[in-house]
Amino acid sequence: MQVRLQLMVVLSAITVLGSCSREDRILRQPPSASNTLNTVQISGLNPGANLIPTPPSSNMYQESAYSVSEGQKLFEAYNCVGCHAHGGGGIGPPLMDSNWIYGSEPGNIFATIMQGRPNGMPSFRNRIPEYQAWEIAAYVRSMAGLLPKGVSPNRTDEMNIKPAESSTPKQTPTGITGVPEQPK
Amino acid sequence: MTAALSLVASHVLAQAKVLDPGRHHVLHPAAPQAGHIEWLYWFIFWILFAVFVLMIAAFAGAGAKARVVASGPLPIVEKDEEADHRAGWAVGSAMAITVATLFVVLVLSVVTGKRVEGLTSKNPVTIQVTGHQWWWEVSYPNSQADQTVTTANEIHVPVGSPIVILTNSKDVIHSFWAPNVTGKRDLLPGYSSAFWFEIDQPGIYHGQCAEFCGLQHAHMGFSIIAESVDEFQAWQQQQLKNAAEPSTSEAIRGREVFLTHACLMCHTIRGTDAGSRFGPDLTHVASRNMIASETLPNTAGALAGWIVDPQRIKPGTQMSPNPLSPDDLQAVVAYLQALH
Amino acid sequence: MAVAESIVANDQDTGQSELALRLARTWRQPGGFWGWFCNTHHTDIGIRFMVTAFIFFLLGGMLAAMIRLQLIRPENSLMGPDLYNQVFTMHGSTMIFLFAVPLMFQGFGVYVVPLMCGARNIAFPRLNAFCYYLYVGGALVLWGGFLTNTGPDVGWFAYVPLSGPSYSPGHRADIWSQMITFTEVSALGVAICIATTILRYRAPGMTLNRMPILLWEKLVISMAVIFAMPAVMIASGLLLLDRLVGTHFFNPAEGGDVLLYQHLFWFFGHPEVYIIFLPGAAIISTLVECFSRRRIFGYTPIVVSVVATGFLGFSVWVHHMFATGLPQLSESFFTAASLMIVIPTGTQFFCWVATIWYGRLQLRLPMLWCFGFFFVFLIGGLSGVMLASVPVDLQVHDTYFVVAHFHYVLIGGALFPMFAGIYFWFPKMAGRMPSETLGKWHFWLFFIGFNITFFTLHFLGLRGMTRRIYTYSPDMHWQGLNVLASSGVVFMTAGLLVFLANVFHSMRVGAIAGNNPWGDAGLEWSMSSPPPPYNFLHVPTVSGRDPLWEDPPDQAIVVGLRDDIRETLVTHSLDAEPQHKDEDPGPSIWPFLTALSVSAAFVGSIFTAWAVPIGAVPVIATLIGWLWPRGESPTPLPTGESWLR
Repeated sequence: MQVRLQLMVVLSAITVLGSCSREDRILRQPPSASNTLNTVQISGLNPGANLIPTPPSSNMYQESAYSVSEGQKLFEAYNCVGCHAHGGGGIGPPLMDSNWIYGSEPGNIFATIMQGRPNGMPSFRNRIPEYQAWEIAAYVRSMAGLLPKGVSPNRTDEMNIKPAESSTPKQTPTGITGVPEQPK
Repeated sequence: MTAALSLVASHVLAQAKVLDPGRHHVLHPAAPQAGHIEWLYWFIFWILFAVFVLMIAAFAGAGAKARVVASGPLPIVEKDEEADHRAGWAVGSAMAITVATLFVVLVLSVVTGKRVEGLTSKNPVTIQVTGHQWWWEVSYPNSQADQTVTTANEIHVPVGSPIVILTNSKDVIHSFWAPNVTGKRDLLPGYSSAFWFEIDQPGIYHGQCAEFCGLQHAHMGFSIIAESVDEFQAWQQQQLKNAAEPSTSEAIRGREVFLTHACLMCHTIRGTDAGSRFGPDLTHVASRNMIASETLPNTAGALAGWIVDPQRIKPGTQMSPNPLSPDDLQAVVAYLQALH
Repeated sequence: MAVAESIVANDQDTGQSELALRLARTWRQPGGFWGWFCNTHHTDIGIRFMVTAFIFFLLGGMLAAMIRLQLIRPENSLMGPDLYNQVFTMHGSTMIFLFAVPLMFQGFGVYVVPLMCGARNIAFPRLNAFCYYLYVGGALVLWGGFLTNTGPDVGWFAYVPLSGPSYSPGHRADIWSQMITFTEVSALGVAICIATTILRYRAPGMTLNRMPILLWEKLVISMAVIFAMPAVMIASGLLLLDRLVGTHFFNPAEGGDVLLYQHLFWFFGHPEVYIIFLPGAAIISTLVECFSRRRIFGYTPIVVSVVATGFLGFSVWVHHMFATGLPQLSESFFTAASLMIVIPTGTQFFCWVATIWYGRLQLRLPMLWCFGFFFVFLIGGLSGVMLASVPVDLQVHDTYFVVAHFHYVLIGGALFPMFAGIYFWFPKMAGRMPSETLGKWHFWLFFIGFNITFFTLHFLGLRGMTRRIYTYSPDMHWQGLNVLASSGVVFMTAGLLVFLANVFHSMRVGAIAGNNPWGDAGLEWSMSSPPPPYNFLHVPTVSGRDPLWEDPPDQAIVVGLRDDIRETLVTHSLDAEPQHKDEDPGPSIWPFLTALSVSAAFVGSIFTAWAVPIGAVPVIATLIGWLWPRGESPTPLPTGESWLR
């Protein structure tokens, strides 16, 4: 009997411990979530130079694995992949490294999406709802490893940027001259 | 206001009548396929019913001799060769009958399967159905790209000619099922398959996703609209056209709103700048009976409610809420309702 | 003369009771808090399995009631899709993995099999205890997840890609997959224990063709578990790799295959149905024999049927996948196989009828539940014939028709026999008789409620109501039938409450049962109730299929087993000739500690890959503790006939 009691204690302890936002499915957007932007300064006039340090801002969407995964879906749907690929970059800068031209805080990325940036990043203001920009921002941060592993999507069901190892053509390592060095 | 409400109500009622859900039934076939299956169903049913009655009779007969003796177990029955012999015959013949019955069921099932699946026509109407979370993309492929009709959730087919459905899925597994028409077929990502049916009575047949596909699995309906060949061809010609130019000032403003807000990020309206394929094609959205995968009637009120807060109606749907101003909303609805 | 006889008898009694004392001291299980975790005796572990599984049955039943409440009216706002998906997934997973198999196979098997074999304990008792703790670990992981909003929401089958990394973010599906690992390792371990007990621990004289049918069925199920469970562990393992390590086994874009998962899953999933049903059939065969007061008719056909079911069960999995669009030839093959499995099941039914017909039926409470089983399982089996036919299946697959079918099969095939079995062996486990009156109330309430709920679902399915929908439109006119179906829940709940009352009441004030209250033939009824820690004062021998009915009073017993250490007798697997003695390892804390460290590694691996190498350290350490040599090797058995008296 005593043991049953212990089990019950363990069970209820687990219950108390987990009021865990990682698993929340935020389906209805709270109206307040969308009105917290544009208080974040990003940079001076020259992109990339003299970054103004910004206070860390919070983003409720980056605590929910579901929202980050929604961000991932939108990243595809809104054709972000067209320029940034799946984080590797192309026409646009890569997003999976640690270089941030306009800052890596959720607010910075949000502002980048909403306002656009010189040299090609369009502005999505009025094009996408703000909560979706927050979700995309959360996903972008996850690509750079800035989110805990528990909420970051692991992989998608899409094609990888890199082909599967079995289907990569066989390569011979080449030197500067293009001729493999033969061991003497 | 009252007039508008009653208009909406009558439209909803009319909708209900057209869909006639009372007929939404496996055993109300509207197609030869479902007819064959219905026949097989009843055939097996009556066989099984007979088996059921016999077995229950046997158990009842055996049980009728029961004794309730509370004072402890009864003595053991002595070994009785005679009884064993009779029981052996009874069990043996019951098994023989079982095997024979099963064989009949097997043969009829295979024969019916062949009748349902075998396509003889060389010139069927081919329709590509692609499952999305949580709607159906429907296209009528044609070798000329500009002759390809793309629509969503409502599948128009001509009565009396064979229809081939090619299946595919964009994300997870869905399953295409219209009970009045034929059995279901899974839409598997990475696999494409084909099956066919033919509808012999004009009408609207409801269908829905039958494989669990996530949050809005419950609201993933479609309908098959069977009409005469002429009507079907007229419909197809209409669908091939680009979107109608809005004629009223409100509708023109609606197009502006559509093209300057989130709508164009996901939807296509051919003839405008909106060309994203993430959501359903809206080029002829007003020609459909229902919206949101057969969840709401295609009325101004339902459309407005859907645009403003789709997450209330289908929590988890990919469509985002659009807090438009009342004027903008009215304009967009007017525009969409003009897209015949 | 008479006085002398009585003195001899008394002398014998004292000898007996001294032996009993010595055996009791030797086989004693430790008491106290830590002692509870050291216990390795099969009757204790078996009852724990049953009690734990029954608790999860009640929890799963509550989820079912929530589902029925949600569907009671169209567009109900009681639950949203997020919660509803978790609830029905939890219901299915709990009922299959935490209730049906652990109770019907593990619980009953662990408790009854050694007693029926005439063994003093189960083979590998520590492994057996380990399996129990691991099962509890898996159950706590699943329910802990559910209570922290991390309950799996992808269905109890967790089809990819819906359960894959793209469409199931967070750790919900990981919890499901890891729960599979827990429970399936547990089931595999118990299957090994039970199969070994049946094959090597049978009492001398209990040759294969004298084995009770229940042992045959447990043997077949153990083998089915050993062959079926790896398939689902591979499926869930690959799913975990996809989700946690980023492999592409099930990613169609990279050449992965979504159907591969379904094949692996159902290759386990269909035998699983028989793993759940055969223990029920085993109970029915035992009870029909006992309450018909005659040897079961058709021992050989029944055994052959059971073995055939075990094999055929592995050849029908594709009938869960007809809708994926297979070639006609393979559809026909799997239709034929699915229909074929009716033959062995039908054979068992016919033999049961014949036994009752030519017996002297006594309609006691357990037998009433057997008749419930006959009725309910018959309906389920017959609708199964419909589902074997591809065209009909394509219409009703994934509708409430199928829901009705498999509840008739699983509740009919497992739950009704389970209650029959609980009432039947309750006197053995508790030492007291269950109340017949309360038991009959329980039966009729549950039987009526069950049929109201699930017979109605057939019609909903034909009317096109698909499974796993959290709501439906009023236009579909499904409400009336849904209300009817939901109303049955009230009766079933009342029935279960009566059952619980019966158990708690009878445990305290039920009539004292005595050794063999039902007059059954099995060896488990030859010792006092509840069984002493050493089970049998003398390891018995048998000379027929129904030992307590047939064996002469001077039936030989096994002597030569030491009573100062836990010696057990190992016999030949075919003819049960004694081969050697083995020593039972006795109580130990190590199985519990190992289960704890394995659980930690399993749970940790959901969150980080490092949990595998780091978690392996305590696992290896506890395994070393567990497997540390005990120094004493089993003594060989003296040759010849000297061990019998």
